[in-house]
Amino acid sequence: MLGTIRQKAVAARSLSSQVLENDLMRLRSVASVMRHYSAGTKEMTVRDALNSALDEEMAADPSVFVMGEEVGEYQGAYKITKGLLDKYGPERVVDTPITEAGFAGIGVGSAYHGLRPVVEFMTFNFSMQAIDHIINSAAKSNYMSAGQINVPIVFRGPNGPAAGVGAQHSQCYGAWYGSVPGLKVLVPYSSEDARGLLKAAIRDPDPVVFLENELLYGESFPVSAEALNSSFCLPIGKAKIEREGKDITITAFSKMAAEILEKDGISAEVINLRSIRPLDRATINASVRKTNRLVTVEEGFPQHGIGAEICASVVEDSFGYLDAPVERIAGADVPTPYAANLERMAFPQIEDIVRAARRVCYRKSSIAASA
Amino acid sequence: MAIWQFVGKRVANYFTVSTTTFRSLRPLINGDSSPVNIFGYRRFESSKAGQQLDLVSSDDDEEQNQGVDFPGGRVGFTSEMSFLHKSSKKRVQCYRVLDDNGYPLSSSQYQHVNKELAVKMYSGMLKLQTMDTILYEAQRQGRISFYLTSYGEEAISLASAAALSGDDLIMPQYREPGVLLWRGFTLHEFVNQCFGNRNDYGKGRQMPIHYGSKKHNYFTISSPIATQLPQAVGAAYSLKMDNKDACVVTYFGDGSTSEGDFHASLNFAAVMEAPVVFLCRNNGWAISTPVTEQFRSDGVVVKGQAYGIRSIRVDGNDALAIYNAVRVAREMAIKDQQPILIEALTYRVGHHSTSDDSTKYRPIDEIENWKTARNPVSMFRKWVQRKGWWSDEEESEFRANVRKEVIQAIQVAEKTEKPPLDYLFSDVYEEVPINLIEQERLVRETVKRYPQDFPKDVPM
Repeated sequence: MLGTIRQKAVAARSLSSQVLENDLMRLRSVASVMRHYSAGTKEMTVRDALNSALDEEMAADPSVFVMGEEVGEYQGAYKITKGLLDKYGPERVVDTPITEAGFAGIGVGSAYHGLRPVVEFMTFNFSMQAIDHIINSAAKSNYMSAGQINVPIVFRGPNGPAAGVGAQHSQCYGAWYGSVPGLKVLVPYSSEDARGLLKAAIRDPDPVVFLENELLYGESFPVSAEALNSSFCLPIGKAKIEREGKDITITAFSKMAAEILEKDGISAEVINLRSIRPLDRATINASVRKTNRLVTVEEGFPQHGIGAEICASVVEDSFGYLDAPVERIAGADVPTPYAANLERMAFPQIEDIVRAARRVCYRKSSIAASA
Repeated sequence: MAIWQFVGKRVANYFTVSTTTFRSLRPLINGDSSPVNIFGYRRFESSKAGQQLDLVSSDDDEEQNQGVDFPGGRVGFTSEMSFLHKSSKKRVQCYRVLDDNGYPLSSSQYQHVNKELAVKMYSGMLKLQTMDTILYEAQRQGRISFYLTSYGEEAISLASAAALSGDDLIMPQYREPGVLLWRGFTLHEFVNQCFGNRNDYGKGRQMPIHYGSKKHNYFTISSPIATQLPQAVGAAYSLKMDNKDACVVTYFGDGSTSEGDFHASLNFAAVMEAPVVFLCRNNGWAISTPVTEQFRSDGVVVKGQAYGIRSIRVDGNDALAIYNAVRVAREMAIKDQQPILIEALTYRVGHHSTSDDSTKYRPIDEIENWKTARNPVSMFRKWVQRKGWWSDEEESEFRANVRKEVIQAIQVAEKTEKPPLDYLFSDVYEEVPINLIEQERLVRETVKRYPQDFPKDVPM
């Protein structure tokens, strides 16, 4: 749901210079927006944030260990686990054979008996091969065993679309895992989110599904001094209001949309959910009661998505406060195509969010494109 | 990077690692199985790993010298094109100690079992059988919703449990309550779980026979087939990291060996060198699927070997054979820190469960035959009685007593309160989340307001 920043994998394919130009412009404006809202002085990529969080938690607790394909010798498929094998050795950074069902099950079993595994899926699309263990073994064990078996495991990895990777590498699984009682599902955006939430996830006694985003790994964000502390932790289940506004609430991330809307006189309150389960209904509803309008944004498929849940929650709790129907912006209801132009059409772009915001505010769209 | 990463998942393993990582690795201490030396170091000792493969080298002397160090080890060449047989002409033989009449075979390798242990094993098998009979009847009478018997497999659960220590972790499938019985689970505790009442350790959360007891190191039964196998490897890894003098023993049936989890866990356990004993109860049937339709290999024992695991085939109806094999397997698993596979051949005398009528898919005389031929309980009884450690009088007295105890436990369990309402909402997470606290509050309010709409027997 945070894929409005497009970072093309340079090694992967050739790009037209025009497209690259556009992207660089966007990245620059994102960067400037970041600095505008920064409270700290240091900058850190999401990748480094995750790596440092893993490093610190492994140093603090000897029962924490990392397991997954390519996490060790290869330094991690996305280099998130870089340097950990050298530092902690092969017993705590375990390279696995190719069997998601195998290592997810093994992770759960080791969690049953006192270890705290951090299991990496190369992408959450491959977690489908292990979903029985995530749902039936991890999520339900504490309940089914009446508290005798708890599962302090973290399943992490990139989720949602990347850039040009096709249908089987692009699905967002937030809604799938978010519907299961017994799991906690986290969706970090910034480096501070990544650090704080991963640490919280590792320390949590319940199974946590930690959905990262490949395109954000290389993005730099300012981090406060507090966030750099090794005991830093963010609470699970609290959303963050990235930007305050008064006209409309937008859930998920859309800083750039807020930037554009400001010019048109629409002040948007942007909520970075941070946690899908438990969903911070209190923050969302409080915001909607203030602005009276809501647009939900996500990259996943529309039916039974996260926006649907947020919409239902708002209708149940804050119906009287709504001045307009809730709008959901989601990915297209198709398996993700590969071709760059088609892929772009399959996911929400800034313009889609802006148009939706305008519709919800009953203002005419000034961008002459189809609604 | 993103794109070729996905395409080349397998390829990536063979790319060289940067020199900095290479230099910083600790030097190899010894080639095989000390706990320090697992995983990554293997990639730099391919010629040593190849030693295992020498057993498969060709008989042709000239060509034996011509081999190549392929990744994975040295392989000898042959100019003869021959495909390995799909199954060996001679099936792997089955280890047993007692003959059909309960006499120990003179050639048998086994450790003697003393009176105390033998009587405990035998009486445990009797207790299990009696408990099964009565609880099965209770289901038929509608007192419990479901039950699953261990008829024909009493020796496997009791004798294997006898060979283990209380520290060994058990990850069962569902036909091994005998192990829990051995470890001290009482009849009341079994029956309470079946009735799902307030005293059920499972807090009324699961169907009958889904026992679990942390204090007995018996992990709560999980219904999906074979999921306990990779979990067992994970738990074994935890024991390995702690250097514990204990192993994990996981039980599963012939049907489980078709699941992906079976293959993943055996393979992984071998690579990880995890101290786990895989105990397969090959009882010939997976509900209505006979083993001939389950796999085409020579049973399960050869699969262990295929994954690089030491394996043995044992007569599952011979209590002493099971006891000995498990005892040795456990020692090997812990001392050598490696997985072991035991295939216990047996027969599922009963129906799969109370939801099954096996006469519909197998001949009645086959069932009858196995009820008597190599019946584990009667075979062991003959041996124990011949030793003078058991008698017919003790048999009938014991059976009568257990019967009485089980019936009494059922009567008490039936009258025991059902689980209270808050059991519905606890243990979803470590701490009850706000939404569930809210839901519970709402439910209580609603029940108070409309008591006629709710069952009377839910303690609030």
